[in-house]
Amino acid sequence: MFYKKNLLLTALVSLVLSAISSSVFAAEVNVYSARKEALIKPLIEQFSEQTGIHVNLITGKADALLKRIESEGRNTHADVLITTDAGRLYRAKSAGVLTRIQSDTLNRAIPDNFRDPEGYWYGLSVRARPVFYVKGLVDPEELSTYESLAENQFKKRICIRSSNNIYNQSLVASMLAVNGKEKTQQWANDFVKNLAIKPKGGDRDQIKAAAAGQCDIAIANTYYFGKMLTSKKSNQKQAAAAMAIFWPNQNDRGTHVNISGAAVTKFGKNKANAQKLIEFLSSKESQRWYADVNFEYPVRRDVPPSDLLMSWGEFKADSINLNQLGVNNTEAVKIMDRAGWR
Amino acid sequence: MIIKLEIDRWRMGLAAISLLFSIPVIVILSSVFHGVGDNWIHLVDTVLADYVTHSLILMFGVSIGTLSIGVTTAWLTSFCDFPGRKFFQWALLLPLAVPAYIIAYTYTGMLDFTGPVQTFLREWFGWRAGDYWFPEIRSIGGAISMLSLVLYPYVYLLSRAAFLEQSSITLEASRSLGMGPWKSFFYIALPMARPAIITGLSLALMETLADFGTVEYFGVSTFTTGIFRTWFGLGDASAASQLASILLLFVFILIIMERFSRRQARYHQPLGRQAHAQRFQLKPGRAWLAFMACLLPLLSGFALPFSQLLIWTVETAEEMINDDFYVLIINSLSLAVVTSIMALCLALFMGYGQRLHNTMFMKFMVRVASMGYAIPGTVIAIGVVIPFAWLDNSIDSWTRDQFDFSTGLLFSGTLFALVFSYLVRFLAVSVGSVESSLGKIKPSMDDAARSMGLKPLQVLQKIHIPIMRSSLLTALLLVFVDILKELPATLLLRPFNFNTLAVRAYELAADERLADAASAAIMIVLTGIIPVILLSLSISKNRYEP
Repeated sequence: MFYKKNLLLTALVSLVLSAISSSVFAAEVNVYSARKEALIKPLIEQFSEQTGIHVNLITGKADALLKRIESEGRNTHADVLITTDAGRLYRAKSAGVLTRIQSDTLNRAIPDNFRDPEGYWYGLSVRARPVFYVKGLVDPEELSTYESLAENQFKKRICIRSSNNIYNQSLVASMLAVNGKEKTQQWANDFVKNLAIKPKGGDRDQIKAAAAGQCDIAIANTYYFGKMLTSKKSNQKQAAAAMAIFWPNQNDRGTHVNISGAAVTKFGKNKANAQKLIEFLSSKESQRWYADVNFEYPVRRDVPPSDLLMSWGEFKADSINLNQLGVNNTEAVKIMDRAGWR
Repeated sequence: MIIKLEIDRWRMGLAAISLLFSIPVIVILSSVFHGVGDNWIHLVDTVLADYVTHSLILMFGVSIGTLSIGVTTAWLTSFCDFPGRKFFQWALLLPLAVPAYIIAYTYTGMLDFTGPVQTFLREWFGWRAGDYWFPEIRSIGGAISMLSLVLYPYVYLLSRAAFLEQSSITLEASRSLGMGPWKSFFYIALPMARPAIITGLSLALMETLADFGTVEYFGVSTFTTGIFRTWFGLGDASAASQLASILLLFVFILIIMERFSRRQARYHQPLGRQAHAQRFQLKPGRAWLAFMACLLPLLSGFALPFSQLLIWTVETAEEMINDDFYVLIINSLSLAVVTSIMALCLALFMGYGQRLHNTMFMKFMVRVASMGYAIPGTVIAIGVVIPFAWLDNSIDSWTRDQFDFSTGLLFSGTLFALVFSYLVRFLAVSVGSVESSLGKIKPSMDDAARSMGLKPLQVLQKIHIPIMRSSLLTALLLVFVDILKELPATLLLRPFNFNTLAVRAYELAADERLADAASAAIMIVLTGIIPVILLSLSISKNRYEP
């Protein structure tokens, strides 16, 4: 019993010590990131190298990180919040935990529709969610808009993942913004009837399922497609090679896009460094990295997408104010619940 | 006077600890009282029925799965002799080291429509989609199978320990009175082991209720996915905690059932150590059946997914295994070691305190403190973030007012908060094992020791702990393995620049890079295997081997 007590004591002491000794760097910036470590750390390391500013990072789910910032209040550790969709940035803005960024660099680099009109958040990379179809099986002439996918001719031909996923919630939120509640509900009701299989798995799974013959059409984000095409696994490569991209809604609002973006927190202690980091992430080199490594589209117009992305053709992106995705998120989830979209 | 003081110390201590560890649950539940909003009505109208039925089906299926695998194999390895028995008695625990979501990913990789098995079948027979029937892995049935395969060791572990503790006298009496092996099993061994079996089952079911990774990946909507969707999709924390409280209702029913089964029959073992009952020598045909019955769960719960992970690890080793990787191992290990020891000490205190003062109040407090086990990790994590941040900010305001000095956040974002949340989540595991093994020690032992002048703590130290040694090790190692696998709380509460194996495995898997995730996943499994082997050695070595 005695040695056990000792052990416990040592454990406690070491815990407390580790808490206190969370080393104090002269210049630092603390990042809460919903982007996975592998998709942000290389850039952050470059930033530290160039500027000498030390970056502390934790990754996690956006909503949980936001909750943490909210409850930490004015003592929060976080200086920068990075998310992988605009809806969450809007949510952080409404929660009152962000501060306005005043940066000409950012305003010049990032087009209006990819940043908050009031400057609370900035998009850093663009993710498109187009339609994929099986080459040879589907005539691209058949396809036109997201709305048309609810038509009877597509009965049991579509694969899409669960509506728990934020990308689907954002897609429906964007439709709500233009078509209104009633029409979108009707669309969702009909669309669900066109699903070939119950929604499950991730975006890659939808592309694989279509390639294997379970459905003709899949909806997925482009960077998954890019990763499959360049995968070392032959089955992924083959699956992706069997599919082609169709950019929907080119004759009206454009294809649905979302952003991965960043914001500075209201109570962060290192605001200047935080801004520097975001400016770095919007620099030409960093923007190219998004395109080359993760197959996302750069937000900057003066940085061309990677060759692979170029080969998919240019497209018109929906220019909706991305805050609308956040505004409509709750209603979008309800609509999908009612439609029985799992 | 002295006695009175002692009583109060135990009671106060127990109440304080229980209260401390139930804070996160209370924080979550407190938003229930914000009243019924539109979103709640929307949930009731649309998806609530699905959540309830799916969760019930899942629990029912997992009960059948874990009981049939767990009790059968435990019985076979304790009471029968057949080739491979000695190997199986520890190997059957191995699936415990595999996180449920990892096994779900690997099986999906193998058995899904686009996986190698079905692709092969299609090519071989020239089938196309819709031409043939194949069990759909990503379904509620699939989820039941996955969860049963990794959770049956709980039932196996506890029922085997109970079988082994059964004194030979009882069984010999039954045999000598003319009962055959089957009858002895159903009328004597099984009822006597029932409390342990049900404890094992309730652990498995609580894990089932708290599971998020598997059901989310398989597209099965249960309470956990519903809580997430409501909280983060609808953005309604109070409707989400209303869902969480229905989930807790399920947990309460489970706990009451477990209590009830224990109360009905209080089996104390006769004093002293006796030889384990003679094992039945099985005839070749039956021995072969027994062998298969043990081999199958081991193959499908461990060997198959493990080999798949191994293949992926080899494929990606060059890229994934570097210095960072070793840091991950050390982080995971040290967290698990420290926390499991703390959980054991707390469980001993609570279990023994309850034995000393077996009042309704004490029982209630212990139950409340161990509810965290069935609540999804993210929900617990948020229940931890809120009170710690509040405490930090209150201290900070106070020192600002008094001394014009800011303390900042003292606890939030430290390992302390993380360890606390692990304890909230896993205390139930260690409390459960400690309680059930304390229950088997006759109260007369305490009385004898006390009458000879030992103080309660000395009784615990000199009598109970030595007797319970193997159960204590069980408690320690179960928590150890659980912490290695824990993900959501780690994700939200860990300090800056601090990662664990589970975090790495999850991040890559969630990014749909299963092969890259394999090296971290396999390390979780390998690190988990060491305690699992220790565990099984301790159970069989303790006294029972002839």
